[in-house]
Amino acid sequence: MIALLVRDMRLAMRAGGGFGLGLAFFLIVTVLVPFGVGPESGLLAKIAPGILWLGALLACLLSLDRIFALDWEDGSLDLLATSPLPMEGVVSVKALAHWLTTGLPLCLAAPLFGLLLSLPEAGYLWLILSLVIGTPALSVIGTFGAALTVGLKRGGLLLSLLVLPLYVPTLIFGAEVARRGAEGLDTMTPLLMLGGITCGTIALLPFASALVLRVNLR
Amino acid sequence: MTLTVKDLTISRGGIPVLEGLNFTVEPGRALVLRGPNGVGKTTLLRTVAKLQPPVEGEVICAPDAIAYAAHSDGLKSTLTVSENLHFWADVFGTKGIDGALKGFDLEALADRAAGGLSAGQKRRLGLARLLVTGRPLWVLDEPTVSLDVASVEMFADTVRAHLKQGGSALIATHIDLGLGEDVDVLDVGPYRAKPGQGKGAFDGDFDEGFL
Repeated sequence: MIALLVRDMRLAMRAGGGFGLGLAFFLIVTVLVPFGVGPESGLLAKIAPGILWLGALLACLLSLDRIFALDWEDGSLDLLATSPLPMEGVVSVKALAHWLTTGLPLCLAAPLFGLLLSLPEAGYLWLILSLVIGTPALSVIGTFGAALTVGLKRGGLLLSLLVLPLYVPTLIFGAEVARRGAEGLDTMTPLLMLGGITCGTIALLPFASALVLRVNLR
Repeated sequence: MTLTVKDLTISRGGIPVLEGLNFTVEPGRALVLRGPNGVGKTTLLRTVAKLQPPVEGEVICAPDAIAYAAHSDGLKSTLTVSENLHFWADVFGTKGIDGALKGFDLEALADRAAGGLSAGQKRRLGLARLLVTGRPLWVLDEPTVSLDVASVEMFADTVRAHLKQGGSALIATHIDLGLGEDVDVLDVGPYRAKPGQGKGAFDGDFDEGFL
């Protein structure tokens, strides 16, 4: 399984691997928002947590169809299914690799982008914390969606439609943590809810993903 | 590591293609499947490799015995030849890829990116993967596609060596590999499923058509 993780990371880093795609998209969104809503810092500060979370979510969505599509096309997925690795392990590693190449860079870059949106000082810690806790859920849910649509030509649109509703709770609680943090309010409740969603998806969804993947491989 | 197939009926897309299949592959033996295009050879091999469930009958085989090789080789074009092989060696928990590189004359290409190989070289790399799996039963789907005469001979040598070590192979191919007396041939043409008959027919389980 470590071999699979190393391979996926290596593939992501090499040419055409898609590393940084999400990050670039995130950057574009945060740079463009002030142009769209005007440069008034009071307004920007108010909407910054929500915009940052939305940008992170969409950036995550952008790279989802790559999780299984490439392995499906070149036949590796069939070979992985017949290898000693359990399918649940394969999908978990795939989700982890997706988080390491998409979610983690977003978490690390978020403070910089927060600056562009004049996020209040108190909000940075909470923004990073909410992203660190919330983005793994985005990767795991996305892996489930990717497993559902693997093998479909141009499955990207269907994937977005399937996954976006599942992302809503994570978005609500994640953005709420960042917003309350930025306004200096108590963040415990949304933070716990966010953590609960992430733990629940990590615990349950790999089994569902492995099951639908086996069905899709038939 | 005997593979036994009993009364097997298989379907593709919910429509039965082959029925009533019975065969055994003993250690040290190879079974070559023949039959016209579209008769269901690939479906049969995928069923044996447990990638899809049989409609009826059973495939009896030790769970960790099969190494499957399909039409596509599962190569990553941005990884080098040796990185590709090392990955599969790690997945299957075996050590060393030198034997595999040597067996398919890939030593000179070891540091090239797999994307830069020719079709025949890619195929050789895909077949070299079988050697690093360390599994006794090879299930191969048209292994000689895009190989030249010399490479086919190389592949036949590898299969012969594998059989001599007590391994076995189930191969769908149209050409004569020259494997000698260790090989049985099964023409699957006569086992073609009659449409609309038997338990595997489409009305049996309607959901199958959508899965």
